[in-house]
Amino acid sequence: MTRVVIVGAGPAGIRAAETLAQAGLCPVVIDEGARAGGQIYRRPPEGFTRPPTSLYGSEAAKAVALHGCFDGLVAQGRIDHRPESSVVAIRDGVLHVLGPVGLLPCPFDRLILATGATDRLAPVPGWQAPGVFSLGAAQIALKAQGVALGRRIVLAGSGPLLTLVAAQLQAAGAGVAAVLDTAPLGAQARALPLLAARPVVTLRGLAMRARLGRLYRAGVTLERIEADGDGPTALYWRDARGRARETPCDAVALGWHLRSETHLAELAGARLVHDPLWSQWRPGADPMGRAGAGLYLAGDGLCLLGADGAEIAGRLAAIACLQDLGLPHPAPDLRRLRRLHRFATGLARAFPYPAAGVAALPDSAVICRCEGITAGALRESAAHGGAEANRVKSLSRGGMGRCQGRYCQIAVTEILAAATGIAPAEAGRMRAQAPARPLPVSACLADPAPSQTILPSGRR
Amino acid sequence: MTGRLVRLAEKGRLPVRFTLDGSPFQALAGDTVLTAVLTSARSLRAGDAGPERRAGFCLMGACQDCWIWQEDGPRLRACSTPVAPGMRLLSQPPESWP
Repeated sequence: MTRVVIVGAGPAGIRAAETLAQAGLCPVVIDEGARAGGQIYRRPPEGFTRPPTSLYGSEAAKAVALHGCFDGLVAQGRIDHRPESSVVAIRDGVLHVLGPVGLLPCPFDRLILATGATDRLAPVPGWQAPGVFSLGAAQIALKAQGVALGRRIVLAGSGPLLTLVAAQLQAAGAGVAAVLDTAPLGAQARALPLLAARPVVTLRGLAMRARLGRLYRAGVTLERIEADGDGPTALYWRDARGRARETPCDAVALGWHLRSETHLAELAGARLVHDPLWSQWRPGADPMGRAGAGLYLAGDGLCLLGADGAEIAGRLAAIACLQDLGLPHPAPDLRRLRRLHRFATGLARAFPYPAAGVAALPDSAVICRCEGITAGALRESAAHGGAEANRVKSLSRGGMGRCQGRYCQIAVTEILAAATGIAPAEAGRMRAQAPARPLPVSACLADPAPSQTILPSGRR
Repeated sequence: MTGRLVRLAEKGRLPVRFTLDGSPFQALAGDTVLTAVLTSARSLRAGDAGPERRAGFCLMGACQDCWIWQEDGPRLRACSTPVAPGMRLLSQPPESWP
C-alpha cells in the first residue's frame, strides 16, 4: 500500500486523513499536539470540564465534529496517529520525526503538509520583556489551560483574532485593559464588499466588537512597551488623531493576523513567492494543493482561509493525492473555496501588516527578540553586506535564534527593504534550515532499530 | 511572589507539587509546566540574549522561548510539557553546565 503521511492534525489534516481513510488508505498522521484538533480547535487536557460551547463559541459544533471524526478513525485503526511528535527534517523521501520515544525515520511516498499558521508579528519597542506574548498565546492560555496572561492585559495588533480574543477573555472574566487595532477604520470599511462574501461571520465579528465598546480603538500607532525587570507596566500609543495615550498593564498580547507556517513545505521542496497583499512568503500550489512531486499542502500553511477553508483544503489535498495515485476519489468541490478566498482577501485588506510603522522603528528597537538584535544592527549589516535576508542574518544574527525567524523575519524584510529602497520581495527570504524544531544531540546519537521506523500499519 | 498568570476556570483539579529553584510550589493536574510555573512566578528563566527574563511567547511550540532547565535531566519546552509530580525545575542552567 502507498505510504501517505500527513503532518498536522488541525482541521486540514483531519479532513485529509478522513478522505484518505475513506478511500481505503491508512495514512500516518504526525502532530505536535497531545490531542488532535490543531490550534483553533485545540482541546484542553483530559479531565478539564468546560463544555465545547464555552471553548469554541459559535464554532462548537464544527470542533466537536472534527474531534469525533478523528477519534473515530484512530479507534477503528484506520489511521496511524503519532501525537506529541515533531518533524525536524525531510530528506530523500524520509521524514525525521522527534517524538516521545526519540528520533524516528518515517519514509513516505506522498506527503500532505497541514502545518497551519502562527501569529504574524510586528515588533513594538520593548516587546522582548517577559509578559509580552502573541495574541494566539492569549487564546491558547484561556482555551487549553483556563488562565489569563495577566491581570490587566492589553491586546494590540490587528486582524479578526484581536476582537475574538478580547471577547473571549472578557466573557471568561479576564481583565482586558485595551484592544488596540493599528488598522484604520477606513481600510476596514473599504474591505466590507469583499468581507460580505461571508455575511454571517462579518456580522458576528462586528457585533463582538460593538460589545467591546470604548476598549476597542482603531487606527492606533503603538509606540513602546514600558517594562521593569518584572514585565510590562504600560503600553504607550497614539490614537487615530495622533494624541499620546498610555495604558497601564501587566501583560501585552500582540498579533497582526496570521503567518503561514511554511518551514516544512520549504524543506520538502515547495517554491515560495512573496505576496505583497499578505506581506509574507507563501508556497505556490495548484488549486488542489499540489506543490511538487508527491507533495500536497492544505490549510493555513498554504493559504490563510481560516478553519472552514482548512477543512475544504484538507479534503482537496487528499483528493489530489488519490487522483495522482489513480485511485477512486470523491469529486472535488472548488466552488466554496472561491468564496472563502474572496473573504480572506477582504481580511488581508481590512487588517494590513503595519509595514510603514515597522520600517520606521528606531535603531534601538529590538527586532529579533530571540537574539536581542536591534533595527540599527540590521540596517548596519545591510549597509556593509547588502540588503539580502540571509546575508544580514549571517552578519547580524537577526533571525538566527530559537524561533528561526518565525516571529521577526517579516519585520526584518520590511526594515531591509525600506533602508535600501527596494521592494520586500527583493530582500529575499531567510532560507528554512533543518532541524525545524530543537533537537537534542542525544536523540541523534541513538541509532533507531529498524523495527522503530514509522510505517503505516496498513502497509502490505 | 505573585504569579503572572491568573486562573479563570478549571480550578477544581487535583494539586501537583513541584519545585522551582529549590522552593516548593503547587500546580494543578493538567497544567503545562508553563502554567504551573507562571501561576506562581513572574518568569520561566534567565534571558540568554539580553537582560530581560523570559516567560514564553507563543504557547504553541513555535517560538522555543519557554525552554526551562531541570535539576537532573533534559530541558523541557514548558508550553507543551505537562507538569508532573516531583519535577525539580530551574530558572537558570545547573552549576554543572559548562
